[in-house]
Amino acid sequence: MTSIAAPAPVRRPRRKRDRDETGVRARRWFIPYLLLAPGGLWLAVFFVFPLFSLGRLSLEDGGLSNYSQVLSDNSTVIIRTFTYAAIATLAAIVIGYPLAYVIATKGGRYKNLLLALVVLPFFVTYLVRTLAWKILLYDGGPVVGFLHNIGVLSESQGILGSPFAVVAALTYNFLPFMVLPIYVSIEKIDWRLLEAAADLYASPARAFRKITLRLSLPGLFAGTLLTFIPAAGDFVNSELLGSDRTVMIGNIIEANFGREFFRPELSALSFMLMAIILIGVAIYARMLGTEEIA
Amino acid sequence: MNSSASLHKLGRFALWFWAGLGLLFLFTPILVTIVFSFNEPAGKYNYIWNKFSLAAWADPFKYPELSEALIFSLKVAVVVTIIATILGTLMGVAMVKYHFKAKGLVGAILILPLTMPEVVLGFSILTLFVSINWSRGFITIVIAQVMFSVSYVATTVRARIRGFDWRLEEAALDLGASSWRTFTRVTLPLIAPGVVAAALLTFALSLDDFIITYLNSGLDNTFPIQIWNMKRSRIPVQINVFSTALLLLSVLTAVLVVVQGQRRARKMAGMTI
Repeated sequence: MTSIAAPAPVRRPRRKRDRDETGVRARRWFIPYLLLAPGGLWLAVFFVFPLFSLGRLSLEDGGLSNYSQVLSDNSTVIIRTFTYAAIATLAAIVIGYPLAYVIATKGGRYKNLLLALVVLPFFVTYLVRTLAWKILLYDGGPVVGFLHNIGVLSESQGILGSPFAVVAALTYNFLPFMVLPIYVSIEKIDWRLLEAAADLYASPARAFRKITLRLSLPGLFAGTLLTFIPAAGDFVNSELLGSDRTVMIGNIIEANFGREFFRPELSALSFMLMAIILIGVAIYARMLGTEEIA
Repeated sequence: MNSSASLHKLGRFALWFWAGLGLLFLFTPILVTIVFSFNEPAGKYNYIWNKFSLAAWADPFKYPELSEALIFSLKVAVVVTIIATILGTLMGVAMVKYHFKAKGLVGAILILPLTMPEVVLGFSILTLFVSINWSRGFITIVIAQVMFSVSYVATTVRARIRGFDWRLEEAALDLGASSWRTFTRVTLPLIAPGVVAAALLTFALSLDDFIITYLNSGLDNTFPIQIWNMKRSRIPVQINVFSTALLLLSVLTAVLVVVQGQRRARKMAGMTI
C-alpha cells in the first residue's frame, strides 16, 4: 500500500481560468442537455412522435365515434382483458408478497441466492417459458393427470384453452416483476421501528400492518404496475395456451396489424388500452396515496 | 409452551411453506424446459414426455432456420446493448449529476415507455415505419428495442450512481489530471458497476423481447419469432436445447460478474485506507 500512500508529484491546476466560486457547473449550463440529446432525440422521434401520430390516426374518419364503435364492438374482450390482468396481478401479490417478505427478512446469507432464483426465469426467453406451461398443462401432462386422480377434473376435461391456463401463465410470467420491487422496499425498512412497536406493546400483526405493510407500499405499487400493464397488453399467453374463449385486446391487434393496418379502429383500440391503463394507474396511485409515500 | 407461542410458530411455518411454494412455482417451468431438452417426442411437438434421449443435444443445428434465428437474435442484442447503454448512461448521469430546467419532463419521458403495454409501443412505432415506407427488418428491430431499452438503462444507472461524491472529479482536476484522464480514471470506475448491470439487463431484455420485436420485424426472424412461426408446424426439442444452453451461459456470466464485483469491492476497500 506504500505506493498508493506516497504523495503524487504536485502539478499546477491547469483549468483555473475555467472556474469560479460556484464551480464548473454554473458556467457550463449546456452540459446536461448535451448528455441528454442523443437519447432524448431517440425517444422523441421513436416514442413520443409515433404515439401522437397513433392518437391522430385513431381519430381519422369518424373522430371520437371510432372509440365508441370499438368499445361496443369489443366490450366482451375489453372486460375479459382487464379481468384476466386484475386476477393475475392479485395472484402475483398473494404469491409474491410473502416470498419477497421471507427473502428480505429471513433470507440471511442466502438472500442473494434466493433473489437469483427469483430472476432465473428471465434467463429463459418469454416464449419458451410460456411453452413450458403448455407442457405442464398439456392433456396427459402432470397437472392434468394429478387433477384427474383427485377428481377435480373429469376424465374428458383438460386445462389448455381455459381462462385458468391463460391467467396462471400470465401470473407466472410477470411474477418476478412483483417480487423484486416489494423485496427492495421491505429490505430498506429500518427494523428498529418494529422493535419500538414491540416495546410499545403493539402485537406482531399490528406492527406488520402499521409499519412493514405501510412502508412496503411503494414496492407494492411498482410491482402492481409492472405486472398489470404487461398482462393487460399480452397476446402470447392467450394465443399459446388459450382458445377462442380467451381472446384479449392484444390478440385482436396482433391478428389485424398486418392486414388492416391503416384502419383507424385498430389505432383507437390500442390507444384505448393505453388510456384505460393510465387512468387505472392514476386512480390506484391516488388510492395508495403515492404523493405521500413517493 | 403457551398457545400463542405455538400459534406464532405455526404462522412462521406457514409463511415459509407458502414462500417455498412461490419459489417452486417460479422454478418448475425452467426445470421443465431443461428436462424436455432430453426428450424424444413421439410426434412433431415436444409437449409430452416420451423417452430420454440425447439426440437433440448431439444435433443442435438440425433446423437451420432455428439456429439462424438465434444468431440473428444475438446480433440484434449486441447492437442494441451497445447503443442503448451509451445513450441511457449519458441520460442517467445527466439526471443525477446536474440540475436543469427540463428535468421533470425528461424524467417523465424516461418513465413513460415502462408504463405502457408493449403492444401499444410496438404498434405505434410501426405506424411510423409504415408511414415513411421503411421496410421492416434488422434496423427497425434495433430502433424499436433501443427505444425501450434506453429507459431501462437510464433508470438503472440513475439508481446505482445516486449519492456518489462527484467532488472526486473536481479533486482530480485540481490535482492536475486532464479531463480525459479524469473521465477514464475517476468517472468511469465510479459508474462502471451500474453501467455493466444496465448493459447485462439490456442484453437479456433484447433476447427476451417478443411483442415489440415481432410487430416490427418484417421478414427477419429473431429466436422467439421463429418459435412463434413454427408453433403450428412443429416444436422441435432443439428449442429447449438452445434455451438450456443460453440459461447455463447466463448463469455463468452472472456468477462471474458477481465474483468480479466482490473482488473489485475488496480492492477498493483496501485502497481507501
